[in-house]
Amino acid sequence: MAQNCQGGLVMREVAIVGVGMTRFGRLEMTNVEMFSVAGKEALLDAGLAPRDIQALFVGNVFATFEEGQSNLAPFLASDLGMKHIPAIRIEGACASASLALREAFIWVASGAYDLVMAGGTERALAMETPLATRTFAMGSDSRYEASTGITFPGVFAMMAHRYAYKYGLPLKTLKEHMASVAVQNHLHALDNPKAQFHRAITTEDVLTSPMIADPLQLYDCCPFSDGAAAVILAPFDQARHLVKKPVRITGVGQASAGPLYTHPDITRVLARERSAYQAYHQAGRTPKDIDICELHDCFTIAQIVATEGLGFFDFGKGSQAAADGESGRKGTIPINPSGGLKAKGHPIGATGAAQVYEITQQLREEAGSRQIPGAKIGMTDTLGGDLMICCNLILEV
Amino acid sequence: MNYPLTYQQFVDHFKRGKLLGLKCNSCQAITTPPRISCGQCGSSTLDLMELCGKGQIESYTVIRAAPEPFHPPYIVCIAKLLEGPRLMGNLIKVSPEEIDLNFITRNVRVGYKVSPGDNLSGGERFSITFELC
Repeated sequence: MAQNCQGGLVMREVAIVGVGMTRFGRLEMTNVEMFSVAGKEALLDAGLAPRDIQALFVGNVFATFEEGQSNLAPFLASDLGMKHIPAIRIEGACASASLALREAFIWVASGAYDLVMAGGTERALAMETPLATRTFAMGSDSRYEASTGITFPGVFAMMAHRYAYKYGLPLKTLKEHMASVAVQNHLHALDNPKAQFHRAITTEDVLTSPMIADPLQLYDCCPFSDGAAAVILAPFDQARHLVKKPVRITGVGQASAGPLYTHPDITRVLARERSAYQAYHQAGRTPKDIDICELHDCFTIAQIVATEGLGFFDFGKGSQAAADGESGRKGTIPINPSGGLKAKGHPIGATGAAQVYEITQQLREEAGSRQIPGAKIGMTDTLGGDLMICCNLILEV
Repeated sequence: MNYPLTYQQFVDHFKRGKLLGLKCNSCQAITTPPRISCGQCGSSTLDLMELCGKGQIESYTVIRAAPEPFHPPYIVCIAKLLEGPRLMGNLIKVSPEEIDLNFITRNVRVGYKVSPGDNLSGGERFSITFELC
């Protein structure tokens, strides 16, 4: 496939030539410092200098609350020494960095720029938990939802209850299946030196942890995290001369939906189904072609529902499939080998770029002890807000 | 063109006892909370109508870790109104320890609650409530 078509325009093929990422967790660094560390690592990985980069797209959600910092993107470009380039902050809740990557993809594919940096940064741990919980709930409709005291876990908790009701699954069974997602992602993170948690957990740990929003317990939930990740994109023709193993972006998708109260069935994420379709269609791939996937497991039920929405398992079957280990390293579709948002951590403005970081390492066979052998086609999935925004990328070597 | 039913108008009417929605002239679908376009077909030819204020619980959660300035535990539900649209609200007069999956499909009546706002709430907080009926 020499050229991609999107919206009727002939586009250039685009590849990833460099990736960088901080450790996730509590970092004691500012957003600028974290992103600069990730950005420098990506430049080094690509063998490029800051002056080579022509534009910066960066995901960030809460710098205003975390540090009292607005207009973040020019601070990042300036700190990295990427002087005077256009620098744009993109906010789409937890999907922000994937949106930034998709923007960068389109600008490179269009021919407007050759070398573009995209990524994200977030310093959620600078906020105390009650403020962090409130800012995360700002993804809900501020007029008609947030005033109920709904939280981000609360939204997915309602999804879990509806899932149990819809498929006639005893809640106890669903909770055990959900717990298996947390156990698996913690297991995967043991092999990820950049993950927030390096601790194996048991089903019992999950089921005895504090209740956050019924039926979600603490270990059903991803943590608050600090961290940053950066990716450098280039036209494929140029990428081949820059690096040994460029990773092609063969499909991108993005879609949106209305506030949660407009969703006909909260066990189905329609924005994801549309976004994933675009990505599969553009890449000429189907779910069966995907060797490895980093998806949005902000909560254990979210991973189950995502494996269904992306087409890996039938609707209503994702829960049992998770319990059967079908999304483990040796399963039919290895999911979240990085540890996912659950155990690698979820600095929300950076997550999409961190997912691409992991898939890139896997496709280049540089993932060390967590390498999935023979992975050639990978996918990322990033969900933002109350099922309102989704972005998918398909990557290939 | 005017916004057919602003947030403030919706709230003011509800405080006077009327839960309003918008009926689409093209497809007859009913939309609430209000917006400028029909939730079904996107048409902007919408007529104000009063809703009966009754619905059925579709899902729920008990919030036990709350954002500031809320005090847990409390119940949040999504209910589907008889006329079709859905609302998110707090189920009141039910203990958080009492609710379980059997409450899904229970009938509720829609009410509201007003609490003081703060720097980040854009004015007073108006929220939907549900009571079993």
